[in-house]
Amino acid sequence: MSSSPKMYDGAEILFESLRRENVEHIFGIPGGATIQIYEKLYDINFLKHILTRHEQGATHAADGYARATGKVGVVLVTSGPGATNTVTGIATAYMDSSPIVVFTGQVPTNLIGNDAFQEADIIGITRPITKHSFLVRDVNDLASVVRKAFYIAKSGRPGPVVVDLPKNVISAMAPLHYPEKVEVRGYKPKYEGHINQIKKAAKAIANAKRPLLYVGGGVIMSGATPQLRAFAIENNLPVTMTLQGLGAFPGTSELSLGMLGMHGMYWANQAINHCDVLVALGARFDDRVTGKLETFAPDAFKIHVDIDPSCIDKNVEVDVPIVGDVGQVLDELRKAMPHKPDTTEWWKEIRAWQKECPLTYDMSDGKLRTQFILERLSEKTKGDAVIVSDVGQHQMFIAQYYKFTNPRSLLSSGGLGTMGFSVPAALGASFGVTDRPIISISGDGGFAMNMQEILTARYYKRPVKFIVINNSYLGMVRQWQELFYNERYSFTDLTGANPDFHKVVEAMGVKSFVTSRIDEVDGILDAMLNYNDGPVFAEFRVIKEEMVFPMVPAGASVSDMILDRLDPERLV
Amino acid sequence: MKHTISILLENRFGAFDRVANLFSGKGFNLHSITIGETEIKDVMRMTIVTSGNDQIIDQVLKQLNRLIDTLKVIDLSEHERTERELALISVNYQKGTLEELKNISDIFRGKIVDINNKSIMIEVTGPPAKINAAVNVLMPYGIKEMARTGTVALKRGEQINALKEDVTE
Repeated sequence: MSSSPKMYDGAEILFESLRRENVEHIFGIPGGATIQIYEKLYDINFLKHILTRHEQGATHAADGYARATGKVGVVLVTSGPGATNTVTGIATAYMDSSPIVVFTGQVPTNLIGNDAFQEADIIGITRPITKHSFLVRDVNDLASVVRKAFYIAKSGRPGPVVVDLPKNVISAMAPLHYPEKVEVRGYKPKYEGHINQIKKAAKAIANAKRPLLYVGGGVIMSGATPQLRAFAIENNLPVTMTLQGLGAFPGTSELSLGMLGMHGMYWANQAINHCDVLVALGARFDDRVTGKLETFAPDAFKIHVDIDPSCIDKNVEVDVPIVGDVGQVLDELRKAMPHKPDTTEWWKEIRAWQKECPLTYDMSDGKLRTQFILERLSEKTKGDAVIVSDVGQHQMFIAQYYKFTNPRSLLSSGGLGTMGFSVPAALGASFGVTDRPIISISGDGGFAMNMQEILTARYYKRPVKFIVINNSYLGMVRQWQELFYNERYSFTDLTGANPDFHKVVEAMGVKSFVTSRIDEVDGILDAMLNYNDGPVFAEFRVIKEEMVFPMVPAGASVSDMILDRLDPERLV
Repeated sequence: MKHTISILLENRFGAFDRVANLFSGKGFNLHSITIGETEIKDVMRMTIVTSGNDQIIDQVLKQLNRLIDTLKVIDLSEHERTERELALISVNYQKGTLEELKNISDIFRGKIVDINNKSIMIEVTGPPAKINAAVNVLMPYGIKEMARTGTVALKRGEQINALKEDVTE
């Protein structure tokens, strides 16, 4: 018996596996089904566990961490309610292809299906919102499952993976073999684009009169920012970005047209309408981008580069599909360009659109507006902060007014549109990024949905700048009600429902500011940016009735943009 | 147009659910679904009959391929294939109709596999269209109960090792 291998329990195997995956941070909350894991965690030094105040917060935090760093975010929660509380966070990560691994406790295998205490079929519940999931039924499989979970989460088109850990598996003993190689025979992401397709694309771009790059979050995930910049500059190509793509190309560049789509720039949407070659890079033709499909880039020859074959021809049929990693494809595309396109005339058209309808707002009534705060913030941080937005009007104002200069600078729930994302995601990002300011910006509605995580930020002394733009409304819904529902403000007015946010946050032990005055904005932002003792908070009370323009109504053509409050289009 | 799709699938916890869920989650049509073991250890074959225009079928195939547990996805509609289904059909009989039912069963090369005072059970196998024809002919006699397996299908002609072939895109 002298040669029998050393045995480890499931919890030890789990942590050794996490160490091999270079996990440095875990976000979670302990519970009955995971108590054995936490018992081992008590002595673990190679990673830091962050105790959040809600499992949704833990999941968004891991997601924020993943988006800010490109590393896999890790969550550890208990069974039943612990697991179900992660659902919104997992769906948020899934829709924006963010790599997270969620470890959920589970009742012992002999009780599964018995309606045991704190039992939930989390694998079943999360099936449509995960890239993959595992129920570990044998401790001997645990190490290889963890290896596969991390590999699947971060490779190809990234996404969330759930690993369900029954309590008896965690306490069972097994030898430890962490697989060096990972092999998942049904999963082979393709990184290299087909060279003939790339040549076809290069030829079309070179001969285009009105080419346009339409850039999505895939470029940032792939780390293809340098390739994109080089390709656009070499060929003098206009670049428009989706919400998730912002930062892939500097918003300050002459070649940047900013965001396109529902609240995109007038000129970006005009360019989409008039381009003759459209190059979609790591973007998925989402309905918030395209509006009415029949009128989206109607005359364009369409090239689509994406790592996920199922994204291609899903919403819009394209002429040249290229499946592969967008960075590698752009490298090849640069080499394959026969000559540069002549875009001189095209740029004249675009410049004319930019002059025709510039992005403006009017503050002559002396009331504070979100746009102004964001312009000041963009200038003060030189477009280089990590902005973590929530969902709604302020999110679109951020996309319009903050001039992102670097990738992984806007963390925002784009696909799912999850209110309550910002506070925990910023908390999570702050553990991964320490050399740039992390600024969480929420509306008053979304802030109240997860503001408990300010407690976590305070406890761990995270230097996050939390901003609430308070218009006492669920503003984006209010905007639709004003524009399309006869000004019937059904359940969107939060006046009287909101607390004094700055007092609530102060009671959490966090330095806080509040103002409704334009002339105090600079001072407060400076104070926040220079604050070095943990989190800091400001509530900006802005005009209630402001709307986000321009706007393409849902399902309309991008040419039917509403430009401002007085635009007759809004009456159509 | 109907498409018969053959899938080789890991025989793993939840793998079947993922495929079935995909059809409900994405709103794809599902006419029949069968699953059974194959010659390869730990690999199951699913045969799915679905329908939709080219764009939808393209998405069905891509989404199926995207699942981690699917090893191979083939649209058999693009190939020479053999399709079979089995049905058990329980039909009422009266004095005088038993002989007719036996003839019908013979015509469809069916088998009578059970009989009691009021009904007989006929087993029919064949391509789905043949089963439909048998059902139509038997309908006037009064079908009491029926169970159909759904379609199973294989590509015809010489096959190389199923898993060594490239996955269809």
